[in-house]
Amino acid sequence: MSDTDIKKYNYDSFKRGILKENPSFVLLLGMCPTLAVTTKVSNALGMGLAATIVLVFSNILISLLKDFIPDKVRIPAYVVIIASLVTVIDLLIQALLPALSAALGVFLPLIVVNCIILGRAEAFANKNKVLPSVLDAIGMGIGFTLALLILATVREFLGSLRFDFKDLGLFIIEFGNDAKIKILNTEIYGATKILTMPAGGFFVLGIILAVKQAYQNKKNGNNQG
Amino acid sequence: MGELFAIAIGTVFINNFVLSQFLGICPFIGVSKKLDSVLGMGLAVIFVMTLSSMVTFFIYHSILVPFNLTYLKIIFFIIIIAALVQLVEIILKKQFPFLYNALGIYLPLITTNCAVLGVALINISKDYNFLNSVLSGFFGGISFLVALFLMSTIREKLEMANIPKAFKGIPIAFITAGLMALAFTAADKSILELFK
Repeated sequence: MSDTDIKKYNYDSFKRGILKENPSFVLLLGMCPTLAVTTKVSNALGMGLAATIVLVFSNILISLLKDFIPDKVRIPAYVVIIASLVTVIDLLIQALLPALSAALGVFLPLIVVNCIILGRAEAFANKNKVLPSVLDAIGMGIGFTLALLILATVREFLGSLRFDFKDLGLFIIEFGNDAKIKILNTEIYGATKILTMPAGGFFVLGIILAVKQAYQNKKNGNNQG
Repeated sequence: MGELFAIAIGTVFINNFVLSQFLGICPFIGVSKKLDSVLGMGLAVIFVMTLSSMVTFFIYHSILVPFNLTYLKIIFFIIIIAALVQLVEIILKKQFPFLYNALGIYLPLITTNCAVLGVALINISKDYNFLNSVLSGFFGGISFLVALFLMSTIREKLEMANIPKAFKGIPIAFITAGLMALAFTAADKSILELFK
């Protein structure tokens, strides 16, 4: 491959995860954390970054070790690598951001069984060099984090009319008092508690996927007509 | 006996693994299209979850705690679950070929089912004793089967239903799951009062 080819390949590996093969909205991988931690934007951010860091390092390690791991035991080997990385991240977050660790609860250690990470190891890192693997991991990580942020923004804003970043040691942004919001002197009763309940996660994700499908249908229709 | 009922109702309806704790969503959406595969997957999960709750309890309290290695629990548990799934697969293949044929393709999928690792970690974090760990594993598996069973029967009807084009397939499955989750919130702690 020439230099420009390599550059294009690297760029494609990076870009793929963000829109075209977005892990949460297109590939439907890693659904459990996508639904469980998106009650708050701060949780979504924490989960997205933690998963991205694990993904980057697991892709680096696996693309470096791919020639040494026998083909027959590759899946257990990957799982052990990923589990070690998750342990490190879990302990780091417990030490540095205990409130975030408590909020994410069991879903932080469950990054081990997040299909995105094992999926990228199997589908990309074990066939590619280090640089494209890193770019692929960063792209997928950004795609995953963005998806979580979109869901969490909708759910937290409509569900409680405020953004609570206290778990990250930051501030709270409030849009209304007593779950009311005032626009042009009109009080609107806002906080839709249902969106922060488990049911709300399913609804919001279902509607986002329907919008995506409607857009695709329209695009395909235009192409044919 | 009352306590047993309380644990059963609590895990299956109030804290349903799939619908209120978001564990095991991938198979819930992926496998729930056909009733046959749901029964296979559900039974395999119940089996592995009960076994893994037992084994992880013993390993945690007899190896990890005495040697001060509790921070390695994630690595230990995932290896135990993977090994257990492999072992179950080999034994079933040799001894109970009819069960193996029914569960066969679903067994490898269980390793990455977050409900299985989840229940092992939840048992530890809630400090359950041996009996409660095993029961929470068993009823956790049942709650998974119940959610999958309900979902698959609804989805079979949805195939025929006239729904907007944009919602066909996965989106309507999520909306359905949302409605089911809403129905399950009706089962709250007050139900447990009935068994006292």
